[in-house]
Amino acid sequence: MSEEASVSRRHFLTVATSVTGVVGLALTAAPFIASFRPSTRARALGAPVTVDISRLDEGAMVRVVWRGQPVWVLHRSKEMLERLADEKSALKDKDSAESIQPEYARNATRALRPEFLVVIGNCTHLGCAPLERFEVAPADLGPDWVGGFFCPCHGSKFDLAARVMDGSPAPTNLVIPPYRFVGEELIIVGEDAGAAA
Amino acid sequence: MSAARTGAVTTAGTGRMARFIDWVDERFPLTAMMKEHVTEYYAAKNFNIWYVFGVLALVVLILQLVTGIFLTMNYKPSAEDAFASVEYIMREVEWGWLIRYMHSTGASMFFVVVYLHMFRGLMYGSYKAPRELLWIVGMLIYLALMAEAFMGYLLPWGQMSYWGAQVIVSLFGAIPVVGDGLVEWIRGDYFISDITLNRFFALHVVAVPLALLLLVVVHILALHTTGSLNPDGIEIKEKKGPDGIPLDGVAFHPYHTSKDLVAIIAFAIVFSAVLFFAPEMGGYFLEHANFEPANLLKTPDHIAPVWYFTPFYAILRAVPSKGWGAFLMLASIVLLFLLPWLDRCKVKSIRYRGWQFKVALLAFAVSFVALGFLGLQPATEKVYVYAARFFTLVYFAFFLLMPLYTSRERTRPVPERVVYHGHE
Repeated sequence: MSEEASVSRRHFLTVATSVTGVVGLALTAAPFIASFRPSTRARALGAPVTVDISRLDEGAMVRVVWRGQPVWVLHRSKEMLERLADEKSALKDKDSAESIQPEYARNATRALRPEFLVVIGNCTHLGCAPLERFEVAPADLGPDWVGGFFCPCHGSKFDLAARVMDGSPAPTNLVIPPYRFVGEELIIVGEDAGAAA
Repeated sequence: MSAARTGAVTTAGTGRMARFIDWVDERFPLTAMMKEHVTEYYAAKNFNIWYVFGVLALVVLILQLVTGIFLTMNYKPSAEDAFASVEYIMREVEWGWLIRYMHSTGASMFFVVVYLHMFRGLMYGSYKAPRELLWIVGMLIYLALMAEAFMGYLLPWGQMSYWGAQVIVSLFGAIPVVGDGLVEWIRGDYFISDITLNRFFALHVVAVPLALLLLVVVHILALHTTGSLNPDGIEIKEKKGPDGIPLDGVAFHPYHTSKDLVAIIAFAIVFSAVLFFAPEMGGYFLEHANFEPANLLKTPDHIAPVWYFTPFYAILRAVPSKGWGAFLMLASIVLLFLLPWLDRCKVKSIRYRGWQFKVALLAFAVSFVALGFLGLQPATEKVYVYAARFFTLVYFAFFLLMPLYTSRERTRPVPERVVYHGHE
């Protein structure tokens, strides 16, 4: 074999060995990188939550926990929706332009179906838990109050679509998580028609 | 003559010790290494106070490693136990409070000396050819240090630990397409949880310190290849005596080491003053909100990072869009890496450079400090927002206009030898 052929042969072998080595390294690295992803346990704990709404009366609310956060599901009555429609209080973000919600909940009732409000129950101010105050014009909240949520920590007020009222310290409306309906009886929180959030 | 400048520490002789050193030298280049890096490493004799911060950074690094090792002996990296284990260290472990406060004070002091060390580099042109690689390795050390500090701050699992991490980790969500997946990958969960805490602990105590140590070795090797610069920005290697030793150089040991020892003692006094009288430094070194355990359902009133991150945090908040804010924050650090190529001026030291650079450097220093202040303030005041935008502009102008103003500089002649008024 000539000197030249030997050199080019060595060059080929060097490159081939290096490429094989790099591929091997990349394949070995893959499990380590993948080990950083949420584990089976974390995925199970963060899985979507199913809420049975078949026995949820009009005007009633249930609380579930999803990914460490309280999620409320409120069954709004016809009358509640009417009150919401002719609300007089000024709102900070009426059209939910600045607030966080899936695109399908950026509407007047902030919901997929007007009768069900699904919302994360953490005040957008400092994360306290607002209280449900669905009565009309109670003594402490004034004559304009048509029902909603009131945060006892710093006095933020939200209407029945979880929209923040003017004069509240909270900057935006309460957050709506991704969710979808399964038939007439179930709501799955944490997952929507697209994919799992 | 030259003996006065060399490290006159020789092991010549025939005693037991000399024979032992010989035995080692035949098996490991001990004497050769000592000569190359210590006793026969020559640095300029006209160093001023700005040249002590590299050594001080090394001292703090060792302090952090030692105190950190002792802290891990009592700390528990779980969401359940972390906060309580830090309180346990503070109250029940013998001298635990001292070790923990040394570590927390050390973190802030690390950034104090590193920022001064970097500013020295800016003033005297330490980043210019042939020291570009030295500068880049230094910047990598700075990045590793930021990662180390950020992950360490989550470990006490206080309110500010938790929400600070929440804010910073969610920044990665600003990256298009992969952002959300990346955030989930970093956290290992759908929110900052026990899993996140555990992995930050592993990175903080094993991975990043190893990387830091390696980078520091590379930094020093690069320094000893090019040689240290000096306040005059002159390459002392270009003027050597007949013995091959730079005429303006003196041996690192014993000359620079004895000077450095004075600096270390002075630094220890300042350090102790903080450690014993103001370990929280009024909420700047240890934020008050962090004395409350992390609460996933309650955000603190006002989230601010520790002081050493606030200039970049102010840049982030100056922009009304999350994506662009994160981009500018990244750019503000990337530009520092490019400094050796942005600066077109041949003269290294500020002593002989034109007014353009002096003005620009002053404006940069002022804007960095101002941004640091603004990053600590709540973002609700309109005045602060506009001020942050103004200083962000100045910060970027310093870098982006640099090729223009540095190529137009009227410099003064650089002397042949270093200016030195010491005792001959």
